[in-house]
Amino acid sequence: MAQEFTRHGLWFSLHFLVSMETLMQELTLTNLETVPGRDIVRHLGLVQGNTVRSKHLGRDIMAGLKNIVGGELKGYTELLSDARDEATDRMVEEARGLGANAVVNIRYSTSSVTAGASELYVYGTAVVAE
Amino acid sequence: MGGIVSFIILMLIGFFFGRANEARHFNRLQREEAELSYITTVNLKKLPKDLEPGGVVVSGNVVIAVDYFKKIAAALRMIIGGRLKSYESLLERARREAIIRMKKQAQAMGANAIYNVRLEFSAIGSQPQAFGGVELLAYGTAVKLK
Repeated sequence: MAQEFTRHGLWFSLHFLVSMETLMQELTLTNLETVPGRDIVRHLGLVQGNTVRSKHLGRDIMAGLKNIVGGELKGYTELLSDARDEATDRMVEEARGLGANAVVNIRYSTSSVTAGASELYVYGTAVVAE
Repeated sequence: MGGIVSFIILMLIGFFFGRANEARHFNRLQREEAELSYITTVNLKKLPKDLEPGGVVVSGNVVIAVDYFKKIAAALRMIIGGRLKSYESLLERARREAIIRMKKQAQAMGANAIYNVRLEFSAIGSQPQAFGGVELLAYGTAVKLK
């Protein structure tokens, strides 16, 4: 019984290690149709990630003030780049789920769903490259 | 009466600070562009043969707003139509800034070229006209050429 348990535990930790390894594996993201210096062996289909964000009041007030003197609205810049990172993470998750090791031909796009909120969308093709 | 006074004050603040900001920004853009000029940015998809394997998507974004004076000037200009210089310089600043930020990311990775650069524009807020702010995003694939 104990032996079986240990064997089971060993198998489990091995399995865990393997899945960790695939998780840690670097996923190459490019917006070209190829992976530079490597060959694409298989196309796994379209993967996408999105997030809808709205700006918050504090930032809005700051932006209103900044509107008088002009210049960069840092709060919004950060907000949008964080949101894009999150959308990218979601796309990467989806690509990992398909067993891809690269996503090619990535495109970013922005659309506004409703007043004061915008959707950040990123999509690409998951591939296996060697 | 109070409305007119605050309008004039806002116009003056916008005029002086906006101009100073813009001049400073253009100076900085010029300096940083010169520093980063060794990174080739092209919007070609075809890669040269001799490069190190692997590529990374790099991006840079900026949200920028026009100042109060320029907004009013543009609104007045729109009555007769024609060239809106105040928005031209706003977009130029935003594009150059976004490209510089993208290049900085590439520099941090030790890349020396960015391929397939794309510029994406989006207007922010419920009423972009009233807000006068725009977002510019530049992205591309950073690679290391030998």
